[in-house]
Amino acid sequence: MDPTRRNVIAAAGVAVAPSLSVAGEPAHDHGHDHDHSDVPSDPALRVKALESLLVEKGLVDPAALDVLVDRFEHRVGPRDGARVVARAWADPAFKQRLLSDTPTALVEMGYNADQGEHMMVVENTPQVHNLVVCTLCSCYPWAILGLPPVWYKSAPYRSRAIIDPRGVLKEFGTDVSPDIEVRVWDSTAEVRYIVLPERPIGAENLNESELAALVTRNSMIGVGKALAPGATA
Amino acid sequence: MNGVHDMGGLQDFGPVRVEKNEPVFHADWERRIYGIDRSLRAHGKWNLDAWRFEIESLPPVDYLRMTYYERWLQINCQLAVKHGLLTVSELASGKSDPGADKYKPALTEEIAMRKKGRSIPSSFDPSVAPRFEVGQRVRARNINPATHTRLPRYARGKVGLIALDHGVYLLPDSNAHFKGEKRQHVYSVSFSAREIWGQQAPEKDTLRLDLWDDHLEHA
Repeated sequence: MDPTRRNVIAAAGVAVAPSLSVAGEPAHDHGHDHDHSDVPSDPALRVKALESLLVEKGLVDPAALDVLVDRFEHRVGPRDGARVVARAWADPAFKQRLLSDTPTALVEMGYNADQGEHMMVVENTPQVHNLVVCTLCSCYPWAILGLPPVWYKSAPYRSRAIIDPRGVLKEFGTDVSPDIEVRVWDSTAEVRYIVLPERPIGAENLNESELAALVTRNSMIGVGKALAPGATA
Repeated sequence: MNGVHDMGGLQDFGPVRVEKNEPVFHADWERRIYGIDRSLRAHGKWNLDAWRFEIESLPPVDYLRMTYYERWLQINCQLAVKHGLLTVSELASGKSDPGADKYKPALTEEIAMRKKGRSIPSSFDPSVAPRFEVGQRVRARNINPATHTRLPRYARGKVGLIALDHGVYLLPDSNAHFKGEKRQHVYSVSFSAREIWGQQAPEKDTLRLDLWDDHLEHA
């Protein structure tokens, strides 16, 4: 960053942005189990001050903000992706449409890619195991998986998923035979990838909603496989 | 920019730590900054590529120290000042400057509810010809711009195959800097893991990157 801009930004801060320079907490690694609301509330106070300023200026509408949050907290999430996978397992013609033109097949199920991103479903087979990452930021198929988990956005996953995918898979309890190609998709453009996991053995007679219960978020990112019938996440 | 955000292939960050039963947001302020971010972006003063570059331009120590949504808080303050939505004194005081403009929210509840339009122009625009065909060998260019790019360092100079043509998208490398909406084809380019990482990589494994015409040359 150019030094002039850094000074301007550093000067920008009492009420809303006090720690725009490097002050503050020590390194804080994420993906662990503590309750984040117990962290000292510096960002909480700053966000509160920022929201109140933006509302005063008319730049944001708090009710619209509630709607945006509610959408990804309560209405869109991995259950949506699981429905799509279950339909693909149950209906071979739908599966073909899903693989050849994902956005259209999703519209058929009532979904819209709201970020303008092209979605693309990639299929796990006995020959290929797919894994999705975004090494540069946090690109993820929001429209049918919701917001990504912290680990997906974390440095360990972003750095290692491409250089040591099999090591990462092992940490998730997923062993992929050396005979199988591990194909890692780095989401460097606006295409968003969802893995179609293999249908587990023994799931042949289940209906769509029973099948959907076997589809985990991890299996649609590719770090895991679908659950065996009778197993729990 | 060869920034710390370009993490592919870095080592020693430790194991991937998974939180069991992870909530969508970990604190109320994360919910609010998420909504603020979407609402401010809806004013159209900056595009998604500029937004990404702002995050990438955080000082590396800050980038690594901050949580995901702390970065969002930081860059929304910066972008709002850079693009004239807020002033430095407003950020400092938490109050609107005397006599400052009153805006109308770009994203109202009603718009948020029905917003399903495409914010990133993308299409199979027949007026933009592809430079490459499926099956062709290509080399990712060895470029090191100090500006935004979606060509990660680990792929530069490496040879791969065009596996798919995704159609036409805006080139983020120029769009992030408001230097025109350059429309180009984006391809899924397949690289063998050994081409990228050498003989230590398993023989069968591959990587797929989505790259624009400007990122590629004939090989």
